[in-house]
Amino acid sequence: MGTKHHENRLEYEETELRLGLPGGCLKREFSQTIDLKLNLNASMASSSSPHHQQEKITAKPPAKAQVVGWPPVRSFRKNTLAVQKDGSGGESGAAAAFIKVSLDGAPYLRKVDLKMYNSYQQLSEALGKMFTSSTIGDCGVKELMCESKLIDLLNGSDYVPTYQDKDGDWMLVGDVPWGMFVDSCKRLRIMKSSEAIGLGIVRFDCPFTQKTPRAVEKCKNRA
Amino acid sequence: MAYSFPEEVLEHVFSFLSSDRDRNAVSLVCKSWYDIERWCRRRVFVGNCYAVSPEIVIRRFPELRAVEMKGKPHFADFNLVPEGWGACAYPWIAAMAEAYPFLEEIRLKRMVVTDESLELISKSYKNFKVLVLTSCEGFTTDGLASIAANCRHLRELDLRESEVEDLSGHWLSHFPDSCTSLVSLNMSCLGSEVSFSALERLVARSPNLRTLRLNRAVPLERLANLIRRAPQLVELACKQLKALSGFWDVVPSYLPAMYSVCSGITSLNLSYAAIPSSDLVKLISQCQNLQRLWVLDYIEDSGLEALAASCKDLQELRVFPSDPFGAEPNVSLTEQGLVSVSEGCPKLESVLYFCRQMSNAALIAIAKNRPNFIRFRLCIIDPQAPDYLTLEPLDAGFGAIVENCKELRRLSMTGLLTDRVFKYIGSHAKKLEMLSIAFAGDSDLGLHHVLSGCDSLRKLEIRDCPFGDKALLANAAKLETMRSLWMSSCSVSFGACKLLAQKMPRLNVEVIDERGPPDSRPEDCSVERVYVYRTVASRRRLDMPDFVWTLDEDSSLRYS
Repeated sequence: MGTKHHENRLEYEETELRLGLPGGCLKREFSQTIDLKLNLNASMASSSSPHHQQEKITAKPPAKAQVVGWPPVRSFRKNTLAVQKDGSGGESGAAAAFIKVSLDGAPYLRKVDLKMYNSYQQLSEALGKMFTSSTIGDCGVKELMCESKLIDLLNGSDYVPTYQDKDGDWMLVGDVPWGMFVDSCKRLRIMKSSEAIGLGIVRFDCPFTQKTPRAVEKCKNRA
Repeated sequence: MAYSFPEEVLEHVFSFLSSDRDRNAVSLVCKSWYDIERWCRRRVFVGNCYAVSPEIVIRRFPELRAVEMKGKPHFADFNLVPEGWGACAYPWIAAMAEAYPFLEEIRLKRMVVTDESLELISKSYKNFKVLVLTSCEGFTTDGLASIAANCRHLRELDLRESEVEDLSGHWLSHFPDSCTSLVSLNMSCLGSEVSFSALERLVARSPNLRTLRLNRAVPLERLANLIRRAPQLVELACKQLKALSGFWDVVPSYLPAMYSVCSGITSLNLSYAAIPSSDLVKLISQCQNLQRLWVLDYIEDSGLEALAASCKDLQELRVFPSDPFGAEPNVSLTEQGLVSVSEGCPKLESVLYFCRQMSNAALIAIAKNRPNFIRFRLCIIDPQAPDYLTLEPLDAGFGAIVENCKELRRLSMTGLLTDRVFKYIGSHAKKLEMLSIAFAGDSDLGLHHVLSGCDSLRKLEIRDCPFGDKALLANAAKLETMRSLWMSSCSVSFGACKLLAQKMPRLNVEVIDERGPPDSRPEDCSVERVYVYRTVASRRRLDMPDFVWTLDEDSSLRYS
């Protein structure tokens, strides 16, 4: 199967348009996707194409569940589904929690499923991956091309990860235990520190990696 | 000959034509028929909101009463289209508010609808009757309150699967007491509690109410009360029928009410309800006139067998996964359930089935049992799962489906699939209009078979397949006969997109790539996503976000 066969059989070889075989760029993509597949963090930006002629993945990696948009169940349905486990008769809560994520300066939003992660650290790494593979724009964030740099930035003082909870209040990420955060977070916004201070969301420490408590002012802002 | 009948007579004759195809055919006969037809066309369906502009539609059809429109490509449902891509309804709503004061019906699917749009709708049309928003987003319950308050003749309000920002449940109370026209109410997508007494009063004064889809857990007594007030219900759905477990033991006094309703129910949507199989079976076996059933895989093979035995009128079945991400099966639902239903339900023509294993033998049996399939969508949780008995690809099974089901219009496939299955599809699926492919095929040959063989193809959506430039460019002309083509995570290069746009000026070739401008990378580099659709709109759309590029005739890259 593959190029050898179709070159012999197809007439369209004779079409006026001739294109070279996919170049090096393409090959890199396929091997990259295999690496990504074995990496347990979800990556929304990955054009993950686990299908490849000879290199069909036979193992069932946990990462498979994290291929974007697979299985093809609407996020609306996933968010509202109650899962019964072990016939216990109780509901263990929604199977998924899709929320929108925005990064100040990035031109587009993302959707993440918070139930895919078990800790703030995992979420931070996933967000790092998500926003690195794209050009962010002119807002002085061009240096965010390298994943580790983004994580540094998230952990540094220039950006503040905030979230909007069920009551509509904007809170600092990292204040509450992970489980409670997942249940109450409605959307995530990684905003510039300057703006956060202006809105009255104060931070003293990095929320992602350290557990030291810090004072937070709730503010009723709809960003 | 065109002048042998007065216009009024021709108009009257045309009024019997309801299908768009017939009306389109009529309008091609001659200029005068075109003119007469366009003045008397009342309903229009726009399959792709970017295929045409509001101005063009309004100019051609000045007297519409009903508009139906679709926006984002289907794969947007699965997060494959980035947020902010487009499909805003407002420009259409604003243009139609001016042009069609007598508009009665608006149906939108996969579009972004704002509260502003909803308010405009509620205030612009005196005789507005039907609002259906399927998989839409961008509005809140405030917008719904405007509709409830201002649309005095509202018959249908259907928000199926839309994402509504739930500010409060009070919008329901905005329906004036004088509103008695409601025939169908679907608010199953809403999160917050609505005032149940407001709902009860609404139901009580709506003698024509036939369809009711609710949100939230409905307490049993209130559900029964509701049903008693609406004996003409034919469609019922509640999100969390927790009440049903143990229902049969606990409240026999409500049973007669339930039974009498059940026999009239033709459509049941339990796809959000975690009900064990045994209770499902008890309910379903009362609904002998059931034509459509949406259910979770809790129904299991045994439940589907019971369904096959009791519901001989069943036409559509959808079985959704309760635990789509679990590595191991949590319920006993296999290919056998689908085989049973295909054996027992002679009218079954539409299926959406999620499962974890499939075999060629099962698919072949299903195909032989049900040659009358029109829609067949199978999703195996592991997208490249082979035949679990023989470990072979599922080519033969799907081949049997397309070969036996000659009227098949829609097909979604999963499993281990080679180019061979596409050869079968190209040779047999002559009536196929929509095909969805994921993680399948070996080479461009697969795509070529489909594009060159499927004569009726209108929509093709592909993700994660090794299809590239050759097949696409060789079949460029085919794309103009289709509504749209979506390819994501495939091997289509930017260079090919440029060539395609150059070759086919009436196609809009959108490169959707979040890595920045495609010309900042080598031309042979694959694009993340490409969305190709035919359009007669005179300008490429102006509302493109930063991650979408289209190509002008001269192949220059165009930003928004």
